Amino acid sequence: MKIGVPSAAPNAITSDLALVTAIRSGDQSAMAALYDRYSSIVNAVALRVLQDTGAAEDVLQDIFMQLWRNPGAFDASRGNMPAWLAVIARHRAIDALRRRRPENDIADVIVSVEPDFASDADRSRAMEKVRGALNTMPPPQKSALEMAYFEGLTHSEIAEKTGEPLGTIKTRIRTGLLSLRKVLAA
Amino acid sequence: MSAHEQFADDLALYALGSLEGVERQTLETHLQNCASCRRELELLRGDTSLLALTTAGPKPPARSRQRLMSAIANEPRLPAVVATRTPERRSWWPMLGWLPNLGWIAAAAVVLVCIGLLRQNSNLRQSVAWLQAQFTDQGAKLDQTTQIVATLLDPEATKIELVAVGNKPQPRGKAIYQRRNRNLIFFASNLPSLPAEKIYELWLFPANGGAPIAAGLFKPDARGGATIVNPPLPQGVAAKNFVVTLEPESGSHESPRGTPVIVGIGE
Repeated sequence: MKIGVPSAAPNAITSDLALVTAIRSGDQSAMAALYDRYSSIVNAVALRVLQDTGAAEDVLQDIFMQLWRNPGAFDASRGNMPAWLAVIARHRAIDALRRRRPENDIADVIVSVEPDFASDADRSRAMEKVRGALNTMPPPQKSALEMAYFEGLTHSEIAEKTGEPLGTIKTRIRTGLLSLRKVLAA
Repeated sequence: MSAHEQFADDLALYALGSLEGVERQTLETHLQNCASCRRELELLRGDTSLLALTTAGPKPPARSRQRLMSAIANEPRLPAVVATRTPERRSWWPMLGWLPNLGWIAAAAVVLVCIGLLRQNSNLRQSVAWLQAQFTDQGAKLDQTTQIVATLLDPEATKIELVAVGNKPQPRGKAIYQRRNRNLIFFASNLPSLPAEKIYELWLFPANGGAPIAAGLFKPDARGGATIVNPPLPQGVAAKNFVVTLEPESGSHESPRGTPVIVGIGE
């Protein structure tokens, strides 16, 4: 796994890893820079899941406070920063949605995204491709993926909600995820 | 791709946190011994992160940044340990020259251990504070819920239904049902007094057209009022309707035999 560095010009913009290193030594301005860089992603994911700006803001605070308290939780060899934060935001938001104690420590979240994104522009281009793939999916497949991911529903809950057989839901979700991977690899 | 096709669908669900029950346990057991499925799982989790990254939304409000910066300012980090060099010693016996430094080395080790313990202690205190906050929050919610339920169930509480002037009060019922948690609250009012050896029974009619499910026997109070809170119900049943019937005193349980008294009309 490559290290996720959000800048094609490391000298011009401090890398995520450098910011995390500075945070380890208590640099509050580094924390502010990291927040400015990724708070929109975290907020968007939390808001998508919770549909409540106040609750999403609480998730946002919780995640960045945990990063401040334990910057070592981000292991660059195990995932790039934006993907890692997005996944944590989704976990935390689903926990909040179901009003349960956080199930995963942020240090336990491993994200493997290939290809890695060399810059914000690369990430934007990749996300456009993924959005395009989502929009061209058959609506039932897109819907099943979104219910599982953004609503935190189990496969049997999705089957019940849609009236579809369990096996169909399972296959739709897997082929949907694989098609996202393929569109990035193309 | 996974080396084990039979787990392919379940791996995707597991990556999303959507697999449950026996299938989840079976897969977790398999994952302990299968490196290729673990690798595929890691890739699938990466695929799910792509879904998260496709979300777009407004920037968080400026107050959120201020809140964070205030919070971290109140949690200053422990100062970093600065390595210090001890003065170079001259000795006629260089092999033993470093021995007097053992005290410094031991002291430095103790300092490092202490810093480690302090950090651990700090983390534990943060965990305790989080748990205490959760406990307090849950306690307050529980108190509030308990008061609401106590008011609803108190036989001495005044319950008055308001109707249009001049109208004769009609039997009414209101069922509030939450399928996911099997929570059901049912209120009835103005029910006629029960004939001898009869009882009212509430029924849940499933949305899938299955057999009606008994949701509680009840006798109204002197004003025709009754409340049922969380009767035992099977898990995950979507409700199409609720009906109250007049049944033999022992209830019907399997299916309604008596006449309907009040019937749901939907939202």
